[in-house]
Parts: sequence; structure tokens; C-alpha cells
Amino acid sequence: MDTILELTLQHIQIVAVAVGLAILTGVPIGIAITQDQRAADTVLYIAAIIITVPSIALFGVMIPILSLIGQGIGYVPAVIAILLYSQLPIIRNTYTAIANVDPALREAARGIGMTPLQRLRQVEIPLAIPVIMAGVRTAVVMNIGVAAIAAYIGAGGLGQLISRGISQTDPRQLVAGALAVSILAIAADFFLLWLQKRLTPRGLSVKRG
Amino acid sequence: MIRLDELTKVFGTPAGDITAADRIDMEVPEGEICVLLGPSGCGKTTTMKMVNRLVEPTSGRIFIDGTDVTKTDPITLRRRIGYVIQQIGLFPNKTVEENICAVPDLLGWDRKKSRSRAAELLELVALDPAVFLKRFPKELSGGQQQRVGVIRALAADPPVMLMDEPFGAIDPINREVIQDEFLRMQSEIKKTIMFVSHDIDEAVKMADRIAIFDSGKLIQYDTPDDLLAHPKNNFIADFVGGDRTLKRLRLITVEEAMMKDPPRVTADDSLSDAVAKMEEHGHQSIIMVGPRGRARGAIRLSDARGQKGRVGEHYSKLPTTVRINEDLRNAVSAMFSADETWLACVDDDGNYKGYITQRGITHILGATYRDQ
Repeated sequence: MDTILELTLQHIQIVAVAVGLAILTGVPIGIAITQDQRAADTVLYIAAIIITVPSIALFGVMIPILSLIGQGIGYVPAVIAILLYSQLPIIRNTYTAIANVDPALREAARGIGMTPLQRLRQVEIPLAIPVIMAGVRTAVVMNIGVAAIAAYIGAGGLGQLISRGISQTDPRQLVAGALAVSILAIAADFFLLWLQKRLTPRGLSVKRG
Repeated sequence: MIRLDELTKVFGTPAGDITAADRIDMEVPEGEICVLLGPSGCGKTTTMKMVNRLVEPTSGRIFIDGTDVTKTDPITLRRRIGYVIQQIGLFPNKTVEENICAVPDLLGWDRKKSRSRAAELLELVALDPAVFLKRFPKELSGGQQQRVGVIRALAADPPVMLMDEPFGAIDPINREVIQDEFLRMQSEIKKTIMFVSHDIDEAVKMADRIAIFDSGKLIQYDTPDDLLAHPKNNFIADFVGGDRTLKRLRLITVEEAMMKDPPRVTADDSLSDAVAKMEEHGHQSIIMVGPRGRARGAIRLSDARGQKGRVGEHYSKLPTTVRINEDLRNAVSAMFSADETWLACVDDDGNYKGYITQRGITHILGATYRDQ
């Protein structure tokens, strides 16, 4: 059991670091492309292409490139892969949420003299939070699966149980690993849903009465 | 004061340039409401939005209180101009208090000062601060939201306000209430206001002056009464409507139109005295007042002639009266519904102040035509 716990923590760490970095890059990109329709189309197209690349292929491509800095396999390529896969849901949701802020609110914000940055911080981002968080949830759940495959390039995590189960034809390890990954994905989804509700401004969820 | 000098906006479109506002020259005097009126696409909204530079003018200049603001920083400018829009635009993530304090916060006011100002303003529109300050916009009705939208624009006490169809999204009953409330407020705060509307009735009610636009041009700029009495051309006449003379009824109060110091009798007067008074004035009936001057009833000449006794024994009740601070529209409506050709006019305490007749009203409405 000790190893399952350790592997789970490893797994969480890979996904958390990668998605954390993806938020730091994806949200600003998503906001930036609301200013230019052509840039938005291009960026979303590229992100969509990246997500269609099978993870095994992506790891394979990264091995020779990252070998140049001595990180061809292991933790670093796993994080980079998940970082790339997370871009589409995070950028797309950020872009959609910001672009769909009620034009009347934007006009009111401009009309009372907010600068573009104040508009973002005080109005647009708070209103976009629920949708951005939904993108983060998608990214996390999806990439908990991707991280399991990263065991094949020595990144550790629960994928090790699965890969060992396959190579040793040991169904116990295989099932334990698969179950642990599934449970982790479900638990992460619930946790992020809770977090999403916490981060949503209260004024958006209140009812009339 | 707002002054526009040859203000022009040309939008470049793939189909060619469109002149949305063509050399607009006008001045809104200090403390007055100017309603910009016209069909959609006439340039009224573009003209208004150039004042706070949400639309950047192509040429021409804008003066606020004598200062040319055409080249000042738009952000600073907007914080000095109250802005109300039809969709209200309250920030749903902020409480009512935070919404009202939005501009003071941008200006870096002391928090205590802005928060007490928010409470003050809520009271001004009859919303209890204890109840509403911490609520969110979603928890308010449409009318309450619009009130908050208006006082948000007033929070930093700007001398000038721009209002873009501010009451357009409210149901007709509440709209009347909020319009009246706003006019009462305006009589105290005396802001210089540019108000966009497409509704001639709203314009007549709210405006000190009305500017009518068509295809980017300012066609006529006049007081509501002059506009209704003397439309400059057929477009204006059509726009203000075939019933424009009836609309003027709104602009005149009963007090202005009534005959003052009317003859009257009391319950103790004899019928022969009453007949004598009516004949002296050439009236067909006369009002009986109570001891404190309240209108109590009326005596008809035909009923009193040749009869003996006192007024108090023979008077008939008044079908209806009209208050002197109401407009003529209400007076005419009361006359029609009571099938009367005249009405007694009373003040808020019911004291008899004068009478108003159908002929008198037609005379007043006709006066401005005879003057010409």
C-alpha cells in the first residue's frame, strides 16, 4: 500500500505541476487572443492539432530533442506533454468565457472610465472564472490518463503499476493501477468542482429572492 | 454645460464611408436635460458617445463647462461623466455597494467617504441601504437595478451625465415611476444631462430641450413645446406624431391654464345670492366651498333660478376635481370621463383654487399659433 500511495503522490505531482504551468500560460494566451480574431483562430487550431497527437508519439518525438539537455526521458518530458495537452481546454475556455462577457458590461466598464486592465481584473476575469475552471477540470481529468502512459518513459506514477502488471502478466498490479488512476481522476474532478464553486464570485450564483 | 462644435463622425465601411454624425452644433445649458431623439441609425447615440469618447470624433470639438475635452485622456474624462445605459450594466460579481462605488474607487476616494455616499444615494432612490448595500445585482428587480444604475453614475457627483435610453428596458408602469423619480432627483441635483431616447412621449416628459436627428444631421433643437407647436419640416411633424398638439397637454399644468380667483358660495348663502353671482360672471354653475375653502359641491344656474332656500340645501356633489399640479392631459381625461365641460381645480389640501374649461384649454393650445 505504501507504494501505491507514493505512486499516487508522484502522479498527482506530475499532473499538478504541468496543469499549473498550463494555467499560467493558457489563461494569458486565451485572454490575449480575444483581441484578434485571426490570432484566435490560429492559436486554437494549433492547440487542437497538438491534442490529436497520440501521447506515445509525443513522448517519442521529445526523446531526441530533450536528450540535448540530458532530459530525454523521465519527469521533464511527461510534464511538457501534459502542459501541451492542457493548452486546448484552458485556452479555449478562457477565450470563450472572456469573449462572451456581456457587451453591455464591457460598455458600462469602459463608460465609467476603467482602463483595459481594470476591466479585465474587476469584471471580465471574475465573470470568466467558472468557465476557465471548467477547462482546467477537463485538462486535469484527461491528463491523469496521459500521465499513466508517461510511466513508459520513466516518469513514475501510477502508470508503473499498470506497465509492470502488463510486462509481468500480473492482473493484480494491472487492476490496482487502473483502478487507482480512475479513482484519482474522479476524486480530482470532484475536488476541482468544489474549488470552482469556491472561486466563482458569489454574485454570479445567487438567486433572486 | 455641454457644447458640441461641428462634431462629425465618419465610419469607414467596406461599402464606403458612412457619416453617422454630420457637423453637429448644439449646446446643452447647465442643469438642463437635453433629449436626443430620432429613428434608429439617425446618429443620436453616436453623437452622445462622442461626448465621453466611447466613439472617437472624426472632426469637431466638444466642450464641457467651457473646457475643450476633445484631446484629454478619455479614461480621466469618463470618470468625470456619469454614464447610464439601457442594459444597465451592473457588474454581477460586485455587490450593490461596490457597484455604486465603482467610480469613486477608480478615483481613489477614501473608502469611508464612498461607502457613506453609496448609502446616501440608495436612500435618494428609496432603497433601504440596510437591505440593499450588500445584495448582488441578480437579487434585484429590473426597476431596482435601473435605480442602482442611475445612482452609480451619480456616485462621484459628476457635473455632466450621459444616459443612453436609460429607462428603455423597464415595463411601462415602472418606467413612469422611475421617470418621475428621476425628474424629482434632477430638480435637486441639477446635472447637465444628455439623454438618448427614441420615444417622443418620454422626450416630451423628460426634456428641457429636444434635439431631433435624422440621417446624421441635427434637424431641430427646441424646447418640447416649441417643437410640438412648430415642427420645422414634415419629417419632424411626422416623427412627433399627428397628435402632437395633444402631447403638449403634458407640458402645461392645470395651474397655468385655469381661471384663478373664481367666484364661490358657501352653504349658508341664499340661492338668490348664488344666482346673482353666476349671472354677474356669466357662469352656468358655481362652486360651494366649506368653511376652510375646500370645494364641496356645485349649484347649477338652472336649478337655483326661482328657488328659495340656502345653497347648502340644494347643492349637488362634484363628479370630480383636478389638482392644480397635474398636467392638462389628466385634466382633459378627467373631463372626458366625467362628461363635463369644466372642472374645479383644487390644491393638495382640496382648497378651491380655480376652474378649467374645455374652451380655456383649446385657447391655450391655440395661443402659440396665433402668436406667429
